[in-house]
Amino acid sequence: MRLTDFFQHLVNALSLGGIYALIAIGYTMVYGILRLINFAHGDIFTYGIYFAFYGVSLFLLPWWVAFILSIFLTAFLGALVERIAYRPLRDAPRISALITAIGVSFFLQNFATVVFGGRAKSFNPQTGMYPTFFLNVLNIAGVKLRVLSLITLGTIAVSLLVLVWIVYRTKVGMAMRAISKDIPTTRLMGVNADRIITFTFMIGSALAAVGGLLWAMTYPQVYPFTGVIPGLKAFIAAVVGGIGSIQGAMVGGFVLGISEIMIVAFLPSIAGYRDAIAYAILLFVLLVRPSGIFGVEVSEKV
Amino acid sequence: MEVRLSVRTKIVLTLILIFAIGALLVLANHKASDYVVLILNLMAINIIFAVSLNLINGITGIFSLGHAGFIAIGAYTSVLLTLPVQQKEMSYLIKPVIPPFDRIQLPFLPSVLIAGLAAAAFGYVVAAPSLRLIGDYLAIATLGLGETIRIIANNAWSITNGALGLKGIPQYTNLYWSWAWALVTVCFIVSLVKSSYGRALKAIREDVIAAKAMGINVFSHQVMSFVVGSFFAGVGGALWAHLITTIDPKSFTFTKTFEILIMVVLGGLGSISGSIIGAAIYTVGLEFLRILESPFKIWFIKFPGIPGMRMVVLAVILIVLMLFWQRGIMGRSELSWEMFFSLFSRLKRGGRK
Repeated sequence: MRLTDFFQHLVNALSLGGIYALIAIGYTMVYGILRLINFAHGDIFTYGIYFAFYGVSLFLLPWWVAFILSIFLTAFLGALVERIAYRPLRDAPRISALITAIGVSFFLQNFATVVFGGRAKSFNPQTGMYPTFFLNVLNIAGVKLRVLSLITLGTIAVSLLVLVWIVYRTKVGMAMRAISKDIPTTRLMGVNADRIITFTFMIGSALAAVGGLLWAMTYPQVYPFTGVIPGLKAFIAAVVGGIGSIQGAMVGGFVLGISEIMIVAFLPSIAGYRDAIAYAILLFVLLVRPSGIFGVEVSEKV
Repeated sequence: MEVRLSVRTKIVLTLILIFAIGALLVLANHKASDYVVLILNLMAINIIFAVSLNLINGITGIFSLGHAGFIAIGAYTSVLLTLPVQQKEMSYLIKPVIPPFDRIQLPFLPSVLIAGLAAAAFGYVVAAPSLRLIGDYLAIATLGLGETIRIIANNAWSITNGALGLKGIPQYTNLYWSWAWALVTVCFIVSLVKSSYGRALKAIREDVIAAKAMGINVFSHQVMSFVVGSFFAGVGGALWAHLITTIDPKSFTFTKTFEILIMVVLGGLGSISGSIIGAAIYTVGLEFLRILESPFKIWFIKFPGIPGMRMVVLAVILIVLMLFWQRGIMGRSELSWEMFFSLFSRLKRGGRK
């Protein structure tokens, strides 16, 4: 393999890994606070793409307005799901909450099939989803890159920085970190826990929407089950990195994205098993270090 | 009033019930339409799926989401064994099937048994690593396993015929096969649950650490439960494949596991009779919900049918169940003749106490 090819693969790997990281953060933050696997997160990602698609195609908004609007709407959807399905079950057995989450995911997928239709919608400049120049090819020292790849990498970097800033430099972020340690005590400190939890869902969903839009521009279509595979892989990324840890989700996302692209690039004969790579990594990590790369070992209390 | 019945009476009553169901099946086989027979077959197979998943999830408390994978293994194994040789030559266009499957063709019963054993063997192999995990991690690992099996089925062209799937499977499954297997499944799992093993499994579900302290070998019990559950999932998969006569990897997505989970939760996680009721209601209910997908009329307002609406309704039912009625129909209790008779005597006295 030539060096330029390698760099092209590396850019693809980083973009894919970054998208996984964006989605994984939503899983990990919710798990860190509620100990709940939000199975519906992958479908919230799908809805982010749909909102932008209909913003452009139905309401004829400029693409960037539709994108920003879609991020806000998706955040709202995440909060809505939390309010309706998860909040009543906060003190219920964890298994009930898990089954409910699976139910919500199933609902969102099938609702999308009914409302938006099962046929895939194409998400490309021809349908006005984003400007044509995104597809221009730049030639940087022999490495051919699309403008879109650079925009993807830039957006991922900015989103991750904003997230880190919110979590570690603002009051809300401090409350979020406190809640993940101990909800009752945080309440006693005068923090409105419900509002912070809702806010967490909103941030997670907004990041999922960003990831979804980047995903849809790279793989230019959207259908009701778009989010299933990236959602599962992002969840695996969160587990690999150590669920509950934001750094872990980022690292896990990149580990997964890079290994997926690189394995397929170096061994094209197993390209069909591409989706199984993530599960192989998951099983390996769970067996060697069940709490993930950055996870803290928690022993079960008697 | 407490009704007490002797063991003998209960056995006799149960046998009468089984014969009555058998007689109904004979009647259905001769008189009912093909559609009704299909639904009855599906009901039996769903009972097998739900009861076997309940053994793993409800009784032992291992939250496994990989049932579809075991069903897939059972289905593919049995089809590889029963598919006529000519049909195999016609089906495997991209790559010929690996030996010895290109030459052999077995009768139905041994194929189903081997399918169950294959699923059980696979369950045994994956149980050891997965059961080192607990709770949510286990759920995700088993979900991953199920999906991995599907991905392998999608790519192993010389075994599964890849994404094209297999067609022209002989339709061996009939009412007698499916209900006989359902009976075997229920009897086996009920007697397992009632034995000392079953009590150990329930102890593990309630509190792993306390069970360990009582001297229960938690790991080997969990593995046993997992293997038994996978065996019957494989058997159910084999019956299913020989009922619908075509299979492809898309039949074994996570949706399949999800459907079985709804049956189990509807009936009550941890109740075998609940799973039977849940599977029966689910199978029949799904057919009734077809109304939503064809045009229908309420008074004078016409509603166009909405394709896919069934699944939306199902998902809403599951969410509402979990929000307001987590116990399901049976909770963790089982149907018994005593329950039936005390209900009967209460009705006879017309609600007076």
